[in-house]
Amino acid sequence: MVEITVRKRPRTEAVVTQRKFFKKTARGKVIKVLRERYLRDDVSCGIHSCQVCASEQESVLPSSGSLEHPSFPNGHFLLPDTNIFLSQMDLMESPLFDPPIVLLQTVLEEVRHRSLPLYNRLKALVKADDKKVWVFYNEYRSETAVIREEGESPNDRNDRGIRRATAWYKSHLELSRPQIRGQTKPPQPAVVLLTDDVANRQKAEKEGLPCVSVRKYVEGCKNSSQLLDLLSASGSDTIEPTAATAARQALYPEYLPMATLLAGVKSGRLHQGHFNANQYNYLEGSVPVPAFDKPVLLVGRENMNRAVQGDVVAIEVFDEKEWKAPADEVVDQEATLRNDDAEDSEDEGDDDETLAERKVLEAEAAKQAASSKQPTGRVVGIIKRNWRSYVCHIDSTSLTSTNPTSLSQQTVFATPVSRLLPRIRLRTRQAPALIGQKILVTIDRWERTSRYPEGHFVRALGKVQSKEAEQESLLLEFDVPYRPFGKAILDCLPPEGDSWVVPPKSSTHPDWRDREDLRGLIICSIDPPGCQDIDDALHARRLPNGNIEAGVHIADVSHFVHPDTPMDHEAAARGTTVYLVDKRIDMLPALLGTNLCSLRPHVERLAFSVIWELSPEAEIVNVRFTKSVIASKSAFTYEEAQIRKDDPKLSDELTESIRLLNDLARKLKAGRMAAGALNLASPEVKIHLDSSESSDPVDVEQKELRETNSLVEEFMLLANISVAGKIQETFPQTAVLRRHLPPPRTNFEKLQDILKKRKGMTLDVSSSGALAASLDQCVDPNEPAFNTLVRIMATRCMLSAEYFCSGSVARDTFGHYGLASPIYTHFTSPIRRFADVLAHRQLAASIGYTPLHPSLHSKSHVERVLEVVNKRHRMAQMASRASVEFYVGLALKARSEKGTVLEDAYVIRTFRNGLGVFVSRLGIEGLVTFKREIQFDADNYTITVPADGHDVTISVFDKVQVKVEVEQDKNTQRGRVVMSLSQPIDSRRL
Amino acid sequence: MSSRIEILNDGGFRSDGRKQYELRDITIDLSQQGTADGSAMITHGLTQVLVTVFGPREAKMRSQTLHDRAVLNVEMSVAPFSTGDRRKRSRADRRILELSAMIASTFEPVVQTTLYPRSQIDIYIHVIQQDGSLLPACINATTLALITAGVPLHDFVCAVTGGVHSTSPLLDLTTLEENDVPHMTVAVMPRTRKVTLVTMETRLHVERFRELFELACEAGQTIHKEMKAAVKERTVALVGAIDAGSKPGVVDERDRDVFMGESI
Repeated sequence: MVEITVRKRPRTEAVVTQRKFFKKTARGKVIKVLRERYLRDDVSCGIHSCQVCASEQESVLPSSGSLEHPSFPNGHFLLPDTNIFLSQMDLMESPLFDPPIVLLQTVLEEVRHRSLPLYNRLKALVKADDKKVWVFYNEYRSETAVIREEGESPNDRNDRGIRRATAWYKSHLELSRPQIRGQTKPPQPAVVLLTDDVANRQKAEKEGLPCVSVRKYVEGCKNSSQLLDLLSASGSDTIEPTAATAARQALYPEYLPMATLLAGVKSGRLHQGHFNANQYNYLEGSVPVPAFDKPVLLVGRENMNRAVQGDVVAIEVFDEKEWKAPADEVVDQEATLRNDDAEDSEDEGDDDETLAERKVLEAEAAKQAASSKQPTGRVVGIIKRNWRSYVCHIDSTSLTSTNPTSLSQQTVFATPVSRLLPRIRLRTRQAPALIGQKILVTIDRWERTSRYPEGHFVRALGKVQSKEAEQESLLLEFDVPYRPFGKAILDCLPPEGDSWVVPPKSSTHPDWRDREDLRGLIICSIDPPGCQDIDDALHARRLPNGNIEAGVHIADVSHFVHPDTPMDHEAAARGTTVYLVDKRIDMLPALLGTNLCSLRPHVERLAFSVIWELSPEAEIVNVRFTKSVIASKSAFTYEEAQIRKDDPKLSDELTESIRLLNDLARKLKAGRMAAGALNLASPEVKIHLDSSESSDPVDVEQKELRETNSLVEEFMLLANISVAGKIQETFPQTAVLRRHLPPPRTNFEKLQDILKKRKGMTLDVSSSGALAASLDQCVDPNEPAFNTLVRIMATRCMLSAEYFCSGSVARDTFGHYGLASPIYTHFTSPIRRFADVLAHRQLAASIGYTPLHPSLHSKSHVERVLEVVNKRHRMAQMASRASVEFYVGLALKARSEKGTVLEDAYVIRTFRNGLGVFVSRLGIEGLVTFKREIQFDADNYTITVPADGHDVTISVFDKVQVKVEVEQDKNTQRGRVVMSLSQPIDSRRL
Repeated sequence: MSSRIEILNDGGFRSDGRKQYELRDITIDLSQQGTADGSAMITHGLTQVLVTVFGPREAKMRSQTLHDRAVLNVEMSVAPFSTGDRRKRSRADRRILELSAMIASTFEPVVQTTLYPRSQIDIYIHVIQQDGSLLPACINATTLALITAGVPLHDFVCAVTGGVHSTSPLLDLTTLEENDVPHMTVAVMPRTRKVTLVTMETRLHVERFRELFELACEAGQTIHKEMKAAVKERTVALVGAIDAGSKPGVVDERDRDVFMGESI
């Protein structure tokens, strides 16, 4: 039994141990709060082999500190102030920066109070294996606790607390290594206060405490040149003379104060929303707000007022007569602002570039059609910045010296890979070395006087076009956690490792408890070729009563991944496995994913089975769920299964079982289609790799779908629907479900209009069934691919499906629009999706196999987990798409070296100066621009290109032929796909 | 705001600097209060409760008089300034009635009521300040007040709250913690280790119950030591006062007679 004690808190010390303050509640009521605090003497200093504090906890700080810094020959510990973590987190996170750090509770709490994302990064830092960080709970230690004095600001109180703790450490170190008489005083490491707050530094010096600024400290470090770049700009106010700043002209209007913004949003005068940049036109952005059907348009730099993609902004909407239509022209930042000088910051006021910009905007305004106007406004303030690290290239033209050995500091432009972001100005000493590399850059600030945001360099990812760098940049850009699994996580795996096997059957072994022995069934799995994480297997057999028993067996991941373990937390944070063309970033350690949980053939595996009794018409007579042990008889690819099924010579049990399943699947699908399920299309292509080692792409082809694909799909859908019903019934408040909301009708307006005007077709979007039926009608006998094209465009109009917790939304919004199912969840891929793991746990609890973990009873917990999973899921999809795009680019490059690449394409959008085209064979979208004036009919979606003698009219849905080239941008070395028309007219000269 | 306060941080400290199994400071004042037969004031952390006991005395209400034993009448009043937001609670407040009923039923098996047929024992509870663990503080103070009143009890009653933050049990919760974690109150009789009250108003996972329950029972023993020390101190003082008037030297013998000797 643990020791239970009463902590004493003498009344006389109430001045220090009790705190009284007033708090305003959300309703505006003011209440008085009294808190107590217990001061103790057993808060450990964390220094290894400290004689004074005998602690049972593991001490992480080396006993003599770090001996590497030249300013502190006796060794030192670093004690950073809050401002260090608020502005220099990249430095602290750098693996090169590894002095022993004492992190005070005061600092930790202040960071938490100021910024949760930074706090989370800080917590990760504390836990990181390669860092020596000790959290010292100074507020609970009797000597270091401070109370706020009369007239003292909370900030000053915290600073004083930090200094007090520094002083305590100093005396504590003296105490723990006492001077032995007759000997010289032992060398005593210093505890150095690291702060960028000048006032705090002055006070510390007065008290005789060693303190240093970040810049000064880093300059003395051994990796100073690399580390100095990590310093954020806000800390380095000494670099730029302040006089220049003052003289500079403000380019942007000032933001309104936060209180005004919040009051404005509340009163409805201002609107709040996420800022979305326009990827075709950098001078335009939009903010969707609930008050208007259409997003509010922001035209021009001043109106966008330093908002960056993803920021939460407050906007003011102009009078209706000033409303504008979105530009139908493509404006490229690099083309317009090519000559902007990064160093030149003084006279950004009215140079040629801004004039050029203005001209573009004015030209736009003159041509606008009155019909398509939408609300227009300007940004008046930022509610929340959502800045992160961005993958960029250094713009080589912005360099003043390209001498590779030059170490002089230069200001250069970093161009983000994403077209949605502005160029970032950054100062670095390694500019020449960084040319041609992908680098990670963080935005620090964006002053009114600066046209571009200022940032700092975080680290280099590697050479542009090298697969490693591209892959990593892709993962970073989509925020995919890709670090290898840590020790704590790997410790959760079964200790037997890959020699783990299902124990021999016995009624006493815990692994066999309540498990059905299904090893005798003829079970097989059907997956894409090369699949290693097999999470589903199937079987079917005829029952004596004429019905059919069909079973779906899913890998029993929840047997290995227990709730509230490090592995569970990591899987929840990763949310999903991410598939890139040549790499897979696993959600679970490979031992589970590709071995212990993978339902490989001829091996006994634990499974969670859904077993139906189906009538020959594929109606469910009965369904049951059970944990089981199976032994798959074979692992087929889709193609093998198809061939086996179609081979009339074969009639073994396995083949019969596949035929039976296929038969049922056809009926299930017919039933689903009749219920109004949509048959959507997305441009999916497959990359052929040369060999598994070199991973050079050889060719791109469209994915082929076989009957067996649909076989597997139908049974997975059936399993998911059955499971969803069961867990929702058992846990009505917290069941993990998936839904697809019906798209708002306005999403389809444009597509309907185009279809009507160009093809005379109508699209009925009143329900999913009606949409499915009318999509079937959209057939052009001359263009077999037309139907697929319309399906792709319709898919883009829809909302994306999402996970949700059954207790947090209304019962009537559970439906899955695309599948036309009233309830749905994900159950069938627990190896690669975390939501499935949760569904497994809930199903196991609902059949009474295990009690449900308390966290899954908590609605807020489930909501929180699913929010992360939803986000990861979205990001993973985008990352895989981007990976495919990259490989398509590589393949194109390889192909275009052999000769010109001509591809058929369909026009999907028309611009004032170009066309948006879709190349279905490659699954990519491209842009064809014309330099010469063309006629543009926005209402009919056509453009007319004047050619020698006769004009050529091109409209949306027309089939054209394009020449596809990969061009390397001279400045940024960024490869990009350039398309030009070759049929019906050659656009290169235009 | 409260979401920004960690109930149990990574260093194993709770928001007020205690560790998981540490109880808050307990100060006990057993001095005489006016005309009451017995009284006790407990300050448990920032929760402060004053209990006065009158009786056993003749039952006033005929209808409720019992022929074979005494009636326990518990009345509770909560000072409007006891919580952060000032709110007046009437005597008929359901919450207060519920608490008083719980306290009465806790003590019914402990007080030797059969010794006083047709009489009643009045227990008046005044909540002066509250910051979590209100019910345990009331129960502990009532025990002490009954003892100072000289009402015969079978045993002490020692109560404590326990809660579970994710999987770590916590003892003696503050309001902040009570609002956040599932919790229960357990009252034990330390000598017989019998439990006279377990109450839970939040949902606690069944697998966590056993561990927490045992822990709370154990914590009851710790509280018992505090209470016993207070009673002993007062008794010594009283005996000392008697002796000041009579011959010195008999103190030791009498002390052994006092029913809360070390054997209990």
